[in-house]
Parts: sequence; C-alpha cells; structure tokens
Amino acid sequence: MASAFSAIKTMNQSLHRTTNNPFSKPTSPFLGSGREFRPVPSSAPVRRQSTIVAVSSDVVKKKRTNSIPLSTSDLLITREEGLELFEDMVLGRGFEDMCAQMYYRGKMFGFVHLYNGQEAVSTGFIKLLTKEDSVVSTYRDHVHALSKGVPARQVMSELFGKTTGCCRGQGGSMHMFSKEFNVLGGFAFIGEGIPVATGAAFTSKYRREVLKEADSDHVTLAFFGDGTCNNGQFFECLNMAALWKLPIVFVVENNLWAIGMSHLRATSDPEIWKKGPAFGMPGVHVDGMDVLKVREVAKEAIGRARRGEGPSLIECETYRFRGHSLADPDELRDPAEKSHYATRDPITALKKYMFEHNLVKEDELKAIEKKIDEMMEDAVEFADASPLPPRPQLLENVFADPKGFGIGPDGRYRCEDPQFTQGTAHV
Amino acid sequence: MLGIAGKGVARGGVNASRIRSQSLLLASKGYSSTAKQMTVRDALNSALDEEMSADPKVFIMGEEVGEYQGAYKITKGLLDKYGPDRVVDTPITEAGFTGIGVGAAYHGLRPVVEFMTFNFSMQAIDHIINSAAKSNYMSAGQISVPIVFRGPNGAAAGVGAQHSQCYAAWYSSCPGLKVLAPYSSEDARGLLKAAIRDPDPVVFLENELLYGESFPVSAEVLDSSFSLPIGKAKIELEGKDVTITAFSKMVGFALKAAEILAKEGISAEVINLRSIRPLDRSTINASVRKTNRLVTVEEGFPQHGVGAEICASVVEDSFEYLDAPVERISGSDVPTPYAANLERMAFPQIEDIVRAAKRACYRSVPMAATA
Repeated sequence: MASAFSAIKTMNQSLHRTTNNPFSKPTSPFLGSGREFRPVPSSAPVRRQSTIVAVSSDVVKKKRTNSIPLSTSDLLITREEGLELFEDMVLGRGFEDMCAQMYYRGKMFGFVHLYNGQEAVSTGFIKLLTKEDSVVSTYRDHVHALSKGVPARQVMSELFGKTTGCCRGQGGSMHMFSKEFNVLGGFAFIGEGIPVATGAAFTSKYRREVLKEADSDHVTLAFFGDGTCNNGQFFECLNMAALWKLPIVFVVENNLWAIGMSHLRATSDPEIWKKGPAFGMPGVHVDGMDVLKVREVAKEAIGRARRGEGPSLIECETYRFRGHSLADPDELRDPAEKSHYATRDPITALKKYMFEHNLVKEDELKAIEKKIDEMMEDAVEFADASPLPPRPQLLENVFADPKGFGIGPDGRYRCEDPQFTQGTAHV
Repeated sequence: MLGIAGKGVARGGVNASRIRSQSLLLASKGYSSTAKQMTVRDALNSALDEEMSADPKVFIMGEEVGEYQGAYKITKGLLDKYGPDRVVDTPITEAGFTGIGVGAAYHGLRPVVEFMTFNFSMQAIDHIINSAAKSNYMSAGQISVPIVFRGPNGAAAGVGAQHSQCYAAWYSSCPGLKVLAPYSSEDARGLLKAAIRDPDPVVFLENELLYGESFPVSAEVLDSSFSLPIGKAKIELEGKDVTITAFSKMVGFALKAAEILAKEGISAEVINLRSIRPLDRSTINASVRKTNRLVTVEEGFPQHGVGAEICASVVEDSFEYLDAPVERISGSDVPTPYAANLERMAFPQIEDIVRAAKRACYRSVPMAATA
C-alpha cells in the first residue's frame, strides 16, 4: 500500500500548484463564472469583503509556502465563533462515537456511516447558514443534520428506529430529513442528492424571480464525496446550476477513498475543483481538515450564491478516521496514511489555534466537551426510552393524500375504513 | 443547438410526420361532426395552460418543451405565455433535470417534468422511485412531493425495442406513486389537472398515437375547474356478457372489439381504467360479478403486468363469480421488433380481443385448435 500513499502525496503536491484566487480571477468568459465578485451591498462592512478575498488567497498561499502563524490582527474568528465551531465539531465527533458504541450494542442496525475526521467540513459550511437555507446530504448524514440544528435526541432516536426520531423511525441512518431545519434528506445512492439539491436552489431562484418573493435568497449546500464526482449526475447538475446561475454550493468531501477504491485509482484528473471552471463556475481546493480555512472559503461561496452570482464547486480535502461504514473492515487504507491524517485532526487543530491566539482557556473547552458528553448520554437515554412505532404507522405517510391507496371492494376509499391502518402493507 | 435539434429529429422525426398525416385525417373527420371535438394534444395543452395560469408554482421542464414547442407539441404556446422561467428547456440530462424537479417539489413548487418519451425515464427512474415516491414516507410526512412526470408511453410505430414499451406495470408496482393513463380528451384534461393538483408524485402515461385523435368533449369538460378523481375507472360501454378492462390506446381497441362482438350477439362491458395505481378494484369486481367473465388488455409485457394484477384482484374478491378462466391479453413477451409485420404481432390487436372475449363466452374454439 506504499504506492497508494505516495500517490496521495503526489496529489497533494500537485494541488499546491493552485495559484489564483478562483473567486476573483475569472477562469471562463461566459455565464456567471466570468464575473468578478460584485461589490457587496453598501450595508455590509467593506472591511469584511477585503478580508474574504485576502483570506481565500491566503489559504492557497499558506498551502504553497507552508507558512503557519498568523498575527493576531489577522484573526480568522472571534472568540464566540471559535467556541461555536468547537462545540459543533465536538458534537459531531461525540455523536458518531456514541453511534459506534450503540451499533455494536445492537441498538441500531443496517448501514451506519460515520463522519469522524470530516467535521471541519460540516461545521465550516453549515454554521454559516440560516435556518431557511437548505442542506442535502448523502448516506453519511448524521453530522450534517446536527450542524444544521436537528436536535441530537431526534437523530439518535431515528437511528434507534423510534417514533421520536426526526422521521419517526421511517427514514433511518441514511435518510435524515427535517422540514423545520431544511435538511432535505440524506440520499443513499451516489449522486442522487445532487439534482435534488439543485432543485432546491432552483426553487429559491424561482421564488424570487417568478413568485416575486423578494426575501428568497436562500442557499442550498449539496454535500457529496470524491466517488460521486465520477458520476454523471454531478456533471449534469454542474452544467445546469451554472447555466441558470442557481444559488448552490457543491461541496465535495474528498476523503480520498470511495469505500475501498482510492480516488487516484478511480479518477483521471484527481483535482476535482478544476471541474468547476470547466462548467463556468469557480472551483476551489481547500484543506478540509482545517475548519477555519473551510469557513473562509465557504463564506465566499455562500455569499456569492446568496447575491445571485451563481454556484461554486468547493473541494475539501479531508479524511475519514473510520471505515466506510461500521461494517467495513477497512483493510485497504495504508496505516501510515491513516496515522498521517490522524495527526491532522480538525478538532485538535482548532483547539491549538484558539490557544495560540489566547481566544479561550482550556477549562472552557473542557466544559464544552463535558456538556456534549452529557448531551450524548441524554440522547441515548431518550432514544432508548422512546416507544417503537406503533402498527398503524406502517401505512402512514405513503401518500400525502392517503386516497392514493385507492378504493376498496365496498366502493369507499380504503383509507376511510377505520380498520385500515390495523392492516398490513397489502392493500 | 445543433446537437439538440438533431436529437429532436432523430427521436421525434418519424413520429412527427405520422402525427401530421393523422391530424389531417382527423381534421376531415371533424368537419362532418357538429359536436365539440378536441384532440388529446389540445386537451393536454389546455390543461397545462390552465393549471399554470391558476397556480404560479406550477412550471414545466424538459427537453424541447420551450422554443421547440414540445417534441410532440404538447407545450405549444406555453413559452410565449409564461416565459422561459416557467417553461424550462433543459439539456439532455434526464437524471439531472428529473432530480431537479423532485428537489423543487420538496421545496413547495409544483413541477411538471416532461419526458420526450417515457423510454427516457429509465435514465431518471432512480429519482422517480427513490427520490420522489419514497420521500413522504422516509420523512414521516414532512416532505411531500407534488410532481407530475408526463410524456408519451407505450408502443410507438417502427422505432424498435428501446423506444417502444409500456411502463404502466413498472411504475404502478411502486408504493408512493400514482400512475394515470388517459385515453380520451376528457381523460387527458381531467386527469392531468388532477395530477397537477395532487399532493403526491404522479406518473402520467400518455400515448403518442392518441395525441392527434379527436374526441367529443362536453361543456363541463371544457370548464377550467374540471378534473377527474384519481383512482376511479370509467365504464366506457355498458354490457352484460363479458368485462373488458383496458387503458390508454387499448381502450379504443376494446371499444372496436365490442362493436364487432355486438354484431355477434355478445354484449361486452368496456372499462377504461384511467388510473393504474390506485387501481379501481371496486369497479372492476362489480363488473365481473355482473358479467362473470373477464378479458384484460394491455400493451405491456405479460409477466407481472397490469392484467396479472387485475386477475389477482378478481380471484381474491370475486372468485366464485367467474364462469370462465380470465383471458389476459398483453404485448408479447419479447423486446419490440422493428419489422412492421413482427411489430404488429407483438402488440394486441382488435381481433385478439374479439377472439379472447368469444373464448371467455365459450363461443369460439380454444386457441390451440386454431393455431
């Protein structure tokens, strides 16, 4: 497996060759992509705009030179922001660790895909969204739902198959939905979520331009992995999103492996971000193990979408600390590669940044970790104590209009029979 | 643009020329009749137009629906009226634009997704089944998906195996979907309006060979508030000796077969299913209990077909009323052949229905003896 590891290193080197700030340097003369960022509305502080551009190129510059420290005047976050990011990442990590325990105890079943190691992406992006903005995820969706605000109790209960789950136990690990928080689903097939997310973005634009809802500036984030970037639906939607200038950000969580298929063995040009300019949208590569870098790039892409300037493709280079799913023996990834990325744990990195810049004290972070631990215990107790879905639930929600079950032998709609939901799936 | 136009010709060219000759034929027929006539094409077009006018959340997307006015001209004039934001020309990307439609429906719009033909829906079946049909259930009712997937379905002429098959059984086996198949202009208007107003995903199976056909329509049908109930079959012709169930183009065949049978003293009851899912078992079983004989007709493949489902329903609910084995007429169990003579053999013909009805009424020698 040494060859796989060296190949990864080669890729990293080639990625370092990224030079321009792709947001401000047009790469294509047509559609939305060829435009410079418009000046931000006058209500927004000018300083903020210049910070965005500077930081984004700084990400690239730092990658090139490997220079590390920033002076305190260049602080990327406030203390409060730092605490929020830290708490969200610890929540994601703590939740997934608890899932592993519960899975092995038989409390949850089926495929369970954990997010450990990738927290900087979910936190870096989703914490910048409003409640009305949408997120579309994959089968690895627990943490996206949590970052978006779905309570841990509800997500845990869903995994336990309990009626208090965010989908009353009807969705499961790979299908987290929340209308309240605009989580538009985890999708279990590769590429399946991308068109759905593009449709949500289409709706934002439709509401603004056709239904004349002036306040409809909602942004949709589509999360997917490196393996998906070889799937046709990815290309179809990059094209249409750019063509119609939809308010969407395509977020690639490139964790380098599609189950046991190395990204480098599956993809002719492993630099996924390059496919953005090919479709007329900015493409950005960012260190997905660094929540602050992710956040700065995300800010710019989300802002661009919200201002109606069109989509962006962001490749976050990250790594999953566990197997593809809890059923994956994870034998193909080189231990050296795993330990390399383990040293780049995004939570540790944020901690280090905050200490170095005297943003927080250790006991404050300890308090957060304790709070999350307690929250996880509470979520498990809540899920465990919650009732299983009752029998009548089997036939509920198949249709929004249950007349879809049709007319029975007595000439009435089957759903009107008081005994109907006591039956089985056979109708 | 060249690529798109070229594809339009390749996929629609043969059919378009046939439609022209057909509408000429029907136009001459129209003059002789005084009753108000309407083609299925106009019925669909007017239904779309009225629903788009009534609800700004309704929009249509698909290949060639805008500037080209629809590969089969179902969307003719809509672009001029509603603009490119609501009549959305898409690239040739079924998986992509179908998924986009589903995502828009998640978010409260009411998309009508046109497939140039339903054969191309195979590229997007994941979104129809997995994203549209299952989301209301998986989300425990939080995310409903009010979307219509429509386009021509079933056997076309001379286009070979990949462009010529019926998807009624495929989609109707999936919970969460509603599957409609109009025959007449009344069906087309009433069912399409119902489909667009419905809160669930509806697969709407049209037939390109019916688009140019004219049917009489009443003032009620022409009213913009008109719609038909989903899940209700229509008895097109009352009879007492044998029940014939059919949908889409086969309803016309069944009615012609009934004319022939009538001359021989057999009174056939013809049921136009209209809705494949939910299936109107009540109407079917009530009819079989009256006639005691059943012939099912469909263009789709025989195994696990619509006829098989109807047969099972009648055996379950009305077994003791049957006086003869159920006759199941379907497309042949082969991919659609190209050669015109073979193609004709591959799909049900009027004489097949007549023969089967006679067999059911013990008025004909068994098939083996004639073969």
